[in-house]
Amino acid sequence: MSTPDSTNGPGDGTARDILATPKAPPAAPAVPRPSNGAVPLVRLVDASKRYGSIIALQHITMEVSAGEVTCVLGDNGAGKSTLIKIIAGLHQPSEGIYEVDGTPVNFSSPREALERGIATVYQDLAVVPLMPVWRNFFLGNEVRKGLRIDIPFMKKTCKDELLRMGIDLRDVDQAIGTLSGGERQCVAISRAVHFGAKVLILDEPTAALGVKQSGVVLKYIVQARERGLGVIFITHNPHHAYPVGDRFLLLNRGRSIGYYEKAQVTRDELTGLMAGGAELEQLSHELEDAGGSVAEIGRELEEDATELGINDEPGTDARAT
Amino acid sequence: MTQLAEAPVTPPPRADERLGRRSGLARALSRPEAGAVAGAIVIFVFFFSIAPSFRYAASLSSVLYVTSTYGLMVSPVALLMIGGEFDLSAGVAVTSSALCASLFSYEFTTNAWVGVLVALALSLLIGFINGWIVVKTGIPSFLVTLGMFFMLQGINIALTQTITNQVASPDISTLQGFNSAREVFSASFTVGGVNIRTSVIYWIVFVIIATYILLRTRVGNWIFSVGGSAQSARAVGVPVGKMKIGLFMAVGAMAWFTGMHTLFLFNTIQTNEGVGNELIYIIACVVGGCLLTGGYGSAVGAAIGALIFGMVNQGIVYAGWNPDWFQFFVGLLLLGAILLNTFIRRRAEAAA
Repeated sequence: MSTPDSTNGPGDGTARDILATPKAPPAAPAVPRPSNGAVPLVRLVDASKRYGSIIALQHITMEVSAGEVTCVLGDNGAGKSTLIKIIAGLHQPSEGIYEVDGTPVNFSSPREALERGIATVYQDLAVVPLMPVWRNFFLGNEVRKGLRIDIPFMKKTCKDELLRMGIDLRDVDQAIGTLSGGERQCVAISRAVHFGAKVLILDEPTAALGVKQSGVVLKYIVQARERGLGVIFITHNPHHAYPVGDRFLLLNRGRSIGYYEKAQVTRDELTGLMAGGAELEQLSHELEDAGGSVAEIGRELEEDATELGINDEPGTDARAT
Repeated sequence: MTQLAEAPVTPPPRADERLGRRSGLARALSRPEAGAVAGAIVIFVFFFSIAPSFRYAASLSSVLYVTSTYGLMVSPVALLMIGGEFDLSAGVAVTSSALCASLFSYEFTTNAWVGVLVALALSLLIGFINGWIVVKTGIPSFLVTLGMFFMLQGINIALTQTITNQVASPDISTLQGFNSAREVFSASFTVGGVNIRTSVIYWIVFVIIATYILLRTRVGNWIFSVGGSAQSARAVGVPVGKMKIGLFMAVGAMAWFTGMHTLFLFNTIQTNEGVGNELIYIIACVVGGCLLTGGYGSAVGAAIGALIFGMVNQGIVYAGWNPDWFQFFVGLLLLGAILLNTFIRRRAEAAA
């Protein structure tokens, strides 16, 4: 596709060129409040991040409340990693406010963020492939009885926690490397949940996965939400984001090009905003091939794609630029 | 999104995968020690059938003794290897420690125990330096400890020569404290007419301790993790550097213990002893199921690897063969063990 958006590939983290103000449906900066009026678990207000003269993020406002999934969408270099790093406590915003449970915070390390219940599950997952699932689950947080570790307790807890996430492992003693990519992702998620995460930041959890495995991970994101966690789901794939998300923050070149509640945006609009969604049709075919409930999504997508006539429709792209 | 939200309620349809329950045998075969146990049985049966003198209790005792002289070092070397590192200086470090103890107490005419303690400090320091360089620079331990190996070997020979004009340390049996130290490090006792050295008991005790640490303590969990994936271990808060330095120091401590055993058994130490043993330790670990790449293995397996060496070493003598065949067996066992381990690892890491 030869739209302006798709040419803004990697390296636009600099974001010094001026983007046109988004003309997308409902004006972007209006901060949607949670319907129940509760204080959001994590909230960024007008946050910016500069690395020297490089502006990585500008005027970002977003939030996630308990039992909600906030999706952060953007192409490579859109500023997603910088946003994660700020929320995870790795970096501080240069401007703007970062609030946890309604109080402004200034984390100086990821550990501090973790203590407030903000856990990040990175793409590499921090698991040791040759070690059993339960040892991985408790690595660094071993439960001890005097000198020795409490193996029966840890095995049982691990099995129960995974079961609560809907993963029924035959044997938590098997090496975690023998699990599928999606299952490993889910072990990493349930580990974060077990050790007190209230907010989960998932960094491209579906990026390295096949379609079927992605479906499995999406299922567990919903599961985590239903257990009352706030989830920040980073992805570049609107088709993964839309089914599970409650709010959507779209980034491009370090700026917000839209922040919507689910009711305010349709999948098509989201797809359109995300650089036209050239892969939409292809993905819908892939999804259908996957079978099961995922195939239904696939069929749905295909209908949408047909309705939209999205492929080379310039109208959809114009919104994003 | 409703279909996704509802999906988790129904249990995943995976009954088919669970039908094929693994039998007890298959489970046992997937343990890291499996290959070593099988190998040990085959070799025992082999020598038992072809060498009549192998069948006496006294022969078994001497097999166990030879095993223990390797086996003491094999336990910490196995832990280090599971932790993802090598120590090629482990063999000569034994000799360095023994030389240090004997020369120090002889030249300064101190109580033998003073030399013993100085040697302990030296051995821990050698381990620390190995570990510190590996951790701080990220240079492969193969190279760092290879350098240490040659340095120690040079010091062992040259310094002893300078001090004593000999290729061996002086006899220290007349020193004060010698007898009590011998009681501790190199005693023996008799059971049913068979003489057994205490080093055999020490060996078994250290194997049990190493196994306990590996499988039942937090430190053990951490050893597996730093060897399996140091980056992941660091990400969940495991002190990777401290673990590795600690493991090198554990090897140093055992080199000291083994050195003291040898010193107080023979009263004197040859300066060129120990060269080549570092490879025997590593081979015993590999035969026992430890992966060269770290993160997988067992102390029991490594001990059985040492037992295989003890049996082959003595079995060849009892069978009346030329002892030079020993080296051929060492090579053969190593090759067989590597093939087996590769097969096991492929299964363990099946999913990508």
